[in-house]
Amino acid sequence: MEVLLPALVRGLGIGSTYALLAVSIVVIYRATEVVNFAQPALMILGAYFTSLFVTSIGLPFPVGVVAAMVAMAAVGALTERVAMRPLVGQPVFAAAMVTVGVLIVLTAVANRLIGPDILTVGDPWGLERLEFGTIAIFQVDVAKIVLSLGAIGAVGLLLKRSRIGLAMRATSLDQETALAQGVDVGRMFSLAWAMSAALAALAGMLIGTGAGGVEATTALVALKALPVIILGGIDSIQGAVVAGLVIGVAESLARAYQPEYAPWLGANFDIIVPYLVLIVSLMVRPYGLFGTPEVQRV
Amino acid sequence: MSTRILSEALTGTSVDLPAGTPLLEADGIELRFGGTRAIDGVGFDVRPGELFAVIGPNGAGKTSIFNCISGVYRPQQGSIRFLGAELVGERPDRIAKRGVARTFQNIELFDNLTVVENLMLGRHQHLDYGVLDAMRYLGRARRAELANRRIVEDIVDFLEIAAQRKLPVGMLPYGVKKRVELGRALAMEPKLLLLDEPVAGMNAEETEDMARFILDIRSELDTAMILVEHDMGLVMDLADRVMVMDFGRRIALGEPAAVQADPAVIQAYLGEPEGST
Repeated sequence: MEVLLPALVRGLGIGSTYALLAVSIVVIYRATEVVNFAQPALMILGAYFTSLFVTSIGLPFPVGVVAAMVAMAAVGALTERVAMRPLVGQPVFAAAMVTVGVLIVLTAVANRLIGPDILTVGDPWGLERLEFGTIAIFQVDVAKIVLSLGAIGAVGLLLKRSRIGLAMRATSLDQETALAQGVDVGRMFSLAWAMSAALAALAGMLIGTGAGGVEATTALVALKALPVIILGGIDSIQGAVVAGLVIGVAESLARAYQPEYAPWLGANFDIIVPYLVLIVSLMVRPYGLFGTPEVQRV
Repeated sequence: MSTRILSEALTGTSVDLPAGTPLLEADGIELRFGGTRAIDGVGFDVRPGELFAVIGPNGAGKTSIFNCISGVYRPQQGSIRFLGAELVGERPDRIAKRGVARTFQNIELFDNLTVVENLMLGRHQHLDYGVLDAMRYLGRARRAELANRRIVEDIVDFLEIAAQRKLPVGMLPYGVKKRVELGRALAMEPKLLLLDEPVAGMNAEETEDMARFILDIRSELDTAMILVEHDMGLVMDLADRVMVMDFGRRIALGEPAAVQADPAVIQAYLGEPEGST
């Protein structure tokens, strides 16, 4: 138990952050049908803004986090307006390629801003632990779970219950018909990017908490969101949550047990575990755990 | 079963215009694709509460007229005024907000969404809360969603598609899809309804049902409609006035009986009379 429970909590903590990143990709996909590869850059910029507002400027932590999310929402909407809007009506593959370009540009900007140092986001959790007898879990993992799932829940409700979510889905399915219903398609695109960038900022902050810190290479963590969205089904928020948690826990358990029980697999085996989970599950369900199979009348 | 009738649910469809003022006034519309003139100087007006039909052979420019009114195409010349506002140059979503709803010739529904969700999209512009409201005032946003949901359910009852309301539209048969599309246009509480071949490809029974719905909408809501249709029987039975088009030009405009007797119309539909060549 001394190994298992902390490993589980750590897995759920990192897994919920993966889920948050995956949801930020799903949000853009559901409005535009474009897979946004620029998400790692949005995440790292969000972490930078949090550090700027809290550590450098000295705002209280919660205020700084919200300010960073708002700042990133603006960055997201601006990116959409400048880089993505001209591609409306073009093949989504072209748009996805442009997001790779956006990734390169924004990553360069983030590297310049962050510089060679490791920044701290000024979180109140640090390495504090909660002790239950002989079992100790990190506060930061609990914070990751609560904040990630809370944010995902709020966005999920907004998309499921409000007219905005329905209009976004309609926009992704058929822009011309959405226009004929009075849906302002351009506004839906900016909204999706703004929401997505704000979620990415929150994820970036969470990645930077605890022992993490923020440096330029932290962006690579966001690559874990790719197996998560593929496993969860790219248009499903529940899927992203379940897949994120599964992958986080699998990774964490592998790190806790593999060196002891299967040392012949070598060091750092846990890094490839998410992709193994992905490959195996895709053999069974090619459209992901919760993805929408194409609706067809037969 | 809902006890409300359609005219109670949809109150925004009526227009108040001084007598003799047309609801829609199109003047000298000219639409070119390269060297082809899809519409060649066509003008007409639609009066409040009128059922105005546009007929003509394939490629005559009927659907192009719809696309000009709804903002999908932008005619190079001419003007289309609706309730005093110029529609040429407006964005399609703004035109929809002004009260112009349409159905499409080749059904443009959202196949992955359910019947009710498709109809709720028609309510989009009537749900007047923003993103911030949706996040802060869950109460207000929720009330607005519920009120609009009720209207949608009334429309579902009216069109007799209650049994399919939770099914994804992609799974429905053709005739039902056509009804759902009509329902979505109705949900917008349009002041002008554009129906693009509402009975194309339907059997006699389905055609009769659709004709009944169109007549009911007319008698209950007094909504003005423009109908593009190939089914001559339907047009002659339903329409107040008919405009006949051929090769992008208007060749006749008038009451159904008069149009039917017009030599130019007979020629367009049946070819040159014998002995004239």
